[in-house]
Amino acid sequence: MATTTPTKSKRAATENAATPLSNEELLRLYKQMVEIRLFEEKCEELYQKGKIGGFMHLYIGQEATGVGTIAARRPDDNIITGYRDHGAALACGMSARVAMAEMMGRVDGCSKGKGGSMHLADINLKFWGGHAIVGAQIALGTGLAWAEQYKKTGAVTLAYFGDGASNIGYFHESLNLAKVWNLPIVYICENNKYGMWTPVEKVSATTSMAHKAVSYDIPSDIADGMDLLDVYAKTQKAIEHCRNGNGPYFLEIVTYRYRGHSMGDQRAYRTAEEIKKWQADDPIGKFEDVLLKAGIDPTAIDAVDDEVKAMIEDAVAFADASPFPALDEIYTDITIE
Amino acid sequence: MAEIVPMPKLGFDMAEGTLLRRIKQVGEAVQKGDIIAEVETDKATIEVEAYLGGVIKGWVIDEGKTVPVGSPMVVIGAADEAVDLAALGGGPSAAAKAPAAPAPAANGAPSAGKAADPAAVSTPVAATTETGRVIASPVARKLAADAGIAISQIVGTGPGGRVVKRDVEAVVASGVKPVAAPVNKPSVAAPVAPAIAPVAVQAEDQVVPLTKLRTIIARRMHESTSTVPAIYLTIEVDMAAALNLRKQINGLVADDRKASVNDLVLKASALALRQFPNLNSSFGGDQIVRHGHVNVGFAVAMEAGLLTVVTRDTDAKSVSQIAAETKPMIARARDGKVQPADIEGSTFTVSNLGMFDIEHFTAIINLPEAAILAVGATKDVPVVKDGQITIGSRMKMTVAADHRVTDGAEVAQFLQAIRKNLEEPLRLML
Amino acid sequence: MTTLTIAKTIATALAEEMERDRNIVVLGEEVAAFGGTYGATQGLLDRFGPDRVKDTPISEGIIAGAAVGAAMNGLRPVAEIMGINFAFLAMDMIVNHAAKVHSMFGGQFRCPMVLRTTSGGGRQLGSTHSQTVEHLYAHFPGLKVVSPSNARDMKGLLKAAIRTDDPVMFVEQATMYSEKGDVPDDVDFLLPIGKSEVKREGRHCTVVAYSKMVGVSLKAAAELAKDGIECTVIDLRTLRPLDMDPIVDSFKQTNHCVTVEESWAMYGVGAEVAARLYETCLDYVDAPIKRVATKDVPLAYSGPLERYALPSVDDVVKAVRETVN
Repeated sequence: MATTTPTKSKRAATENAATPLSNEELLRLYKQMVEIRLFEEKCEELYQKGKIGGFMHLYIGQEATGVGTIAARRPDDNIITGYRDHGAALACGMSARVAMAEMMGRVDGCSKGKGGSMHLADINLKFWGGHAIVGAQIALGTGLAWAEQYKKTGAVTLAYFGDGASNIGYFHESLNLAKVWNLPIVYICENNKYGMWTPVEKVSATTSMAHKAVSYDIPSDIADGMDLLDVYAKTQKAIEHCRNGNGPYFLEIVTYRYRGHSMGDQRAYRTAEEIKKWQADDPIGKFEDVLLKAGIDPTAIDAVDDEVKAMIEDAVAFADASPFPALDEIYTDITIE
Repeated sequence: MAEIVPMPKLGFDMAEGTLLRRIKQVGEAVQKGDIIAEVETDKATIEVEAYLGGVIKGWVIDEGKTVPVGSPMVVIGAADEAVDLAALGGGPSAAAKAPAAPAPAANGAPSAGKAADPAAVSTPVAATTETGRVIASPVARKLAADAGIAISQIVGTGPGGRVVKRDVEAVVASGVKPVAAPVNKPSVAAPVAPAIAPVAVQAEDQVVPLTKLRTIIARRMHESTSTVPAIYLTIEVDMAAALNLRKQINGLVADDRKASVNDLVLKASALALRQFPNLNSSFGGDQIVRHGHVNVGFAVAMEAGLLTVVTRDTDAKSVSQIAAETKPMIARARDGKVQPADIEGSTFTVSNLGMFDIEHFTAIINLPEAAILAVGATKDVPVVKDGQITIGSRMKMTVAADHRVTDGAEVAQFLQAIRKNLEEPLRLML
Repeated sequence: MTTLTIAKTIATALAEEMERDRNIVVLGEEVAAFGGTYGATQGLLDRFGPDRVKDTPISEGIIAGAAVGAAMNGLRPVAEIMGINFAFLAMDMIVNHAAKVHSMFGGQFRCPMVLRTTSGGGRQLGSTHSQTVEHLYAHFPGLKVVSPSNARDMKGLLKAAIRTDDPVMFVEQATMYSEKGDVPDDVDFLLPIGKSEVKREGRHCTVVAYSKMVGVSLKAAAELAKDGIECTVIDLRTLRPLDMDPIVDSFKQTNHCVTVEESWAMYGVGAEVAARLYETCLDYVDAPIKRVATKDVPLAYSGPLERYALPSVDDVVKAVRETVN
């Protein structure tokens, strides 16, 4: 990889290690993580060039969380998340072209340019969107889960949020209702240590997100967000719990946000050492080791890197070529009738 | 220090006035209280008194010109004082004698403007804002424009004198078409807008523009008949005793205090009004305002039209006192020189056509009053008394009353009370 | 035609719709076992079972949130928020999500939900429980806001609200539940959302009201007619979309308008109606448009004080007289 952000594998391991996934699947997930990383690095560049506007929140550092959890879902399981949503969108299978067009406010974007960075969604992928009112997606996800329960589809809903959102009313009202109604939902708290620019310990009564689930009598687990396989395994277990009609489940994934809360973030609230420490544990580099250990040829990994780079360039070209929506488009899709 | 005397506000609803005559000329000395001008308002011609003494330094407006209340009219200053009338917005005639001197810094009267071609200036009758904009509702403006009627020529009956829809409709219905510029050019047939019921003007016809008074009468009468659900009741009065008493009183007092039949009727009505406060009231939409004073007005016929002059606290005055007041008021009205106090504040009106030998008629309620008394002539008629036909003096009176305020039975009793006061005229003396 | 109370009309309309479409579910505080605080969901639990009629915790945010999420995912929830004053706790979900999920995601999601709630004062509940604030919700594109004035309209409009694919705030006046009216028996009796109705015709003044104030306005109109002042009374029925057509038609005849609302006048429904009339009908204005509304104060508990603050028949009569004068 040519990017500077991920800490690459030393490519020292050679033995074949057993994983729960096929090599093909491992490569696919690796590709997804790289795609997210490169997509976002490109977005950073385009933002600085003025091609992307608004608020933009980068997922860099948290790729294993999105990719690992979504890898564990059945295709009809629901995904809903907050404003830091690029990773989930791409992991759900949204094409980089469509995502990039939306980032740039173009007509070919997933939401026809009306949503932007914080509001990517694709109903066909059962990706119910990024939602930018903090914590709202926890409530909306609870409703999605209720509909699945009512329709007896067996589908489980994965609702993502950060540690910051665990302090909002929606979080508590949702967990309570999900428990009372026994809803099939996995609440996934991506604990990236900061709610906006404030460390979690300054604003949360407990730094353990999983503890918060205890008061609602919801079973929970904690996963290492820098380790895709750990995330994957624990998500599988959580989904299984819900699918079997046991009600909601709470999964705290400890991860780290390399970038700031949003673009223009000065990052003065944390030290370079801290960032470096986490980057040493980079989820992509770590997963590359897994691939190598699984006996995947390094050239195949390099080929994926190159493929993704080309894909991102193609996405930018596609988005650039896509027109802005017609001005009259503001009057469409407000109500149905 | 010279002072600008503005067009005075001579009535609560006066928005503008026309300077009819400059009584004091430039250079003449005036005392406080001297009459300096005659001003015509919507209602009457009124003499304007100086509220300060000095010398007339100059007239700011020409005779015949109409200006909003508050506009500079005349400047009074010290004899040796230099005043720049041009700076006060006076016309050329006013400025003629004005010595060239630095303009006083503040005169506060920018609206007077430079005198324009008098022919192009209309004489608006509608209420206007301080900036001269006619106060009219948008729909009234539109209807007037559609009908080719100058909005400034319509008298508004809405709040604050606003010209409202009904005012325009009344003008349209009347078939008269006021326009802003003079229309009496015989060679040019004035276009008649289709919205007005057209009045065919033949060559031999004379077109007489409506005077202000006539305009007011037209508007008021229309308003009354179109908005007031009136009831009419007539009663016959034996006037023998009253006429006898009148003769006796008039034998005792000087000419200027001699009572007319009308004065007796005013007094008799006033006493009855005290008994029936609903007839001495005004209909106020969701309330009835019963007036504390009994001020009986009466209609005075003049060449130009009709004017109601007012006797105040009529119930509390003697007949000869009433007579002493009414005579000069009638004279002032006929001379076109009534004072505001002569014509404002009536709470009930008497209209008497007895002097024209009219036996019986109905009158139109003078809004916002609740009733009006129409008095006919006293006639000698054969009457049956104790089985014998004898000659009696009889007078018919008709009340028109606002049925929103009062009902037939009450009006009947009111009429009976007036009759009783006249048939037992000592009651008028108590 | 059957004579029903408004509470019973709502319960009947809900039952008929639930019978017709299995995706319709009812949720809210006390809606199931208790039958609704105002009895408007009486009998539904017995008839449709606990999967379709669900009691919730006292958690307005998640009542609305679950309803929006479920509506996006195929259900047609009818959520009850016990009072519009409590709906402030759900305001984010209503205005930021229900109103926006369709447009913000380029039309991908739908939110066919009804949020029923009560509004209005007159019950001596103090200032926080007595507000009339549905117009706040009508501010937001993406929502429909319906507030019927009588039993028949309750049925026709609630059914229409349930059947539309858009989110609807359905606002019931809290003192009207026991009012009776003739209600069509037809299970498909629908009234269009976004259509005002002329309730009475007169040539002097156009009176515009909705919900409880329609009745107040009709009483005032009867009173005024005794003095020969004839009013057209128009029931908005829907605050968004707002149907101005009959108002404009009437105003062009009467040239006078009085608006009547139970909320405060400032930034209210009357202000909107008046602004639109001034924008579109300036040449027809004969007098300033008057707004009758609750006095600009928080409502007091004490009965006489509360009544004094709320708009009355007399207030409407007075306003009409003033404007037509």
